[in-house]
Amino acid sequence: MTDPLTPVLTKRWLSPNSWRLATYEALEGYTAIRKALAGTPEQLVQVVKDAGLRGRGGAGFPAGVKWSFMPPNEDKPHYLVINADEGEPGTCKDIPLMMADPHSLIEGCIIASYAMRSHRCFIYVRGEALHCIRRLNAAVREAYGAGYLGENILGSGFDLDITVHAGAGAYICGEETALLDSLEGRRGQPRLKPPFPAAAGLYAAPTTVNNVETIASAPFIVNAGSDWFRKMGREKSPGPKIYSISGHVEQPGQYEAPLGTTLRQLLELCGGMKDKVPLKFWTPGGSSTPMFTAEHLDIPLDFEGAAEAGSMLGTTAVQVFNETVSVPWAVMKWTQFYEHESCGKCTPCREGTYWLAQILERMVDGHGTAEDIDTLLDVCDNVLGRSFCALGDGAVSPIQSGIKYFRDEFLALCESNKRELVGAQA
Amino acid sequence: MTSTEIFDQDTVAKAQDLIGRYPQSRSALLPMLHLVQSVQGFVSQEGIDFCARQLDLSEAEVSAVATFYTMYKRRPCGEHLVSVCTNTLCAALGGEAIYRQLGEHLGVGHEEVAGEPGAPGSIMLEHAECLAACDLAPVLQVNYEYYDKQTPESATELVEALQRGEKPAPTRGAPLTDFKGAELQLAGFFPEDDEAYWSDVDGPSQTAETLRGARLAADRGWTAPVMEDVPLPEVEKK
Repeated sequence: MTDPLTPVLTKRWLSPNSWRLATYEALEGYTAIRKALAGTPEQLVQVVKDAGLRGRGGAGFPAGVKWSFMPPNEDKPHYLVINADEGEPGTCKDIPLMMADPHSLIEGCIIASYAMRSHRCFIYVRGEALHCIRRLNAAVREAYGAGYLGENILGSGFDLDITVHAGAGAYICGEETALLDSLEGRRGQPRLKPPFPAAAGLYAAPTTVNNVETIASAPFIVNAGSDWFRKMGREKSPGPKIYSISGHVEQPGQYEAPLGTTLRQLLELCGGMKDKVPLKFWTPGGSSTPMFTAEHLDIPLDFEGAAEAGSMLGTTAVQVFNETVSVPWAVMKWTQFYEHESCGKCTPCREGTYWLAQILERMVDGHGTAEDIDTLLDVCDNVLGRSFCALGDGAVSPIQSGIKYFRDEFLALCESNKRELVGAQA
Repeated sequence: MTSTEIFDQDTVAKAQDLIGRYPQSRSALLPMLHLVQSVQGFVSQEGIDFCARQLDLSEAEVSAVATFYTMYKRRPCGEHLVSVCTNTLCAALGGEAIYRQLGEHLGVGHEEVAGEPGAPGSIMLEHAECLAACDLAPVLQVNYEYYDKQTPESATELVEALQRGEKPAPTRGAPLTDFKGAELQLAGFFPEDDEAYWSDVDGPSQTAETLRGARLAADRGWTAPVMEDVPLPEVEKK
């Protein structure tokens, strides 16, 4: 049994000036790249595969498998792109990580780039995260100065350049192909897949897009091996994970625990519900993951556990809401978000989110009817699985799950609108 | 004024520098639009013309990009940009009340400016989508620096201080400058003076919430399994 909390990525955060190179080096920083660069790219892909590291950006795709999709030849330049466009409502793990320990991401980038024969890496950071951009810029500068970046890194013959790139405020750019279009200087709209980025990504060259937390895990796996990593978490979802707990709890914050930890356990760690007001609903991993209720306190929060219970693990952005919050209102707010962030490329999402928001606004305003609930679900059916990318799927999650668990609350909004027709009395 | 009058040689040099940072020039467009905002405080038609010339794109191509992203302001911004998160979680914890209160205090709505745009103490207010600081809700940003755990009262005091020309320190971020200064950094240009550079970088970030899990683990003696150096797996070299 592991301890309830297993700080790996968050361990250095407690150190003063944890973002500085000197601190990082004093705490085993940049030891993994020495080992990695002495090995082969194949060995690195294998150790990440063996570890079972799954993408921490929400989808949970096995990172080592993703890396292995990159062609073995170098006919075209290979690119590693880090998705640091954290914006999924509730999600707030990558931003503290990049502020507190940017060098762990840089070291991970070096390892991943070497594993995928890439000599150019871009870190696409959400524009609103200015302090992260600064810290990353400083970390890159320090890493160049120490010989960890640039030409012939540590005498290995391997070259790598990293560019920190600021986004400009568009949630859709968290979708990997939209991110690539954005990085190419275009509107951030998703691309048709296939071709997948490993075949034709940035500038139509082989590219891998990975989340911050995923890549920051690589140095630890290289240093301590796959068996160590698998001591934490569950068989199909191994490793530690940063659970970001927010909302109506006593001690919100970042808690790094083994995958598979339950909300009941997390609530114990964060001091329980604020002022003991009972739990009403929560998201396991951001607003795009269908909500859970107090019935789901013991669901293991890993990729399988969340999916078996009808939701998704997402980004482990655990947003906790107590009894004082109206579900239709919360759903309306989230829907307005998706409406604003829909990129407009495909009709189901562009039109669907627009009308879903209109209906929900009308209902919350007290002008809804019971038929509106059916209309909402009907529109959801026409968005889910019919949109160009996952934004549309995410947009319907709060609505479908909100109605599933709290239909009475939606109906209650309509009660007062039942007007008897004149002359209809029998 | 034409774009060549507004954007001086230094800005041209910076634009060329940006182009040099990417394998293909067009990738410099997003940073270049931030650069344009650092000069004018918004993306004007002249700014679009400037980017188009630097990158050999049409104005339509640049406009299409500039209008897609919310951080590019199409009307002159205030000295400061105040962004209040009104997404669900922040809203439930008071973000909506903060936004309403600031709107009343400043007498403006979304993306409107109180005061003469660009003049000292002028403020553009906006409601923002999730600012990825949910454990510190409700949050707002001034020029993209974080002011965490706000209340309608604290936010009003903050805005009043900004209007008086003061620059209260953010909870997380660098010492406050102004919108244009933040945009220059977003474009990828940081202070050349070493002391100023590190003063920005070393601005605070480690809130109690950020460190809570790590602190609790340290207090309780909880750790990840011990890391031992093991060799990389043997694989056949391709």
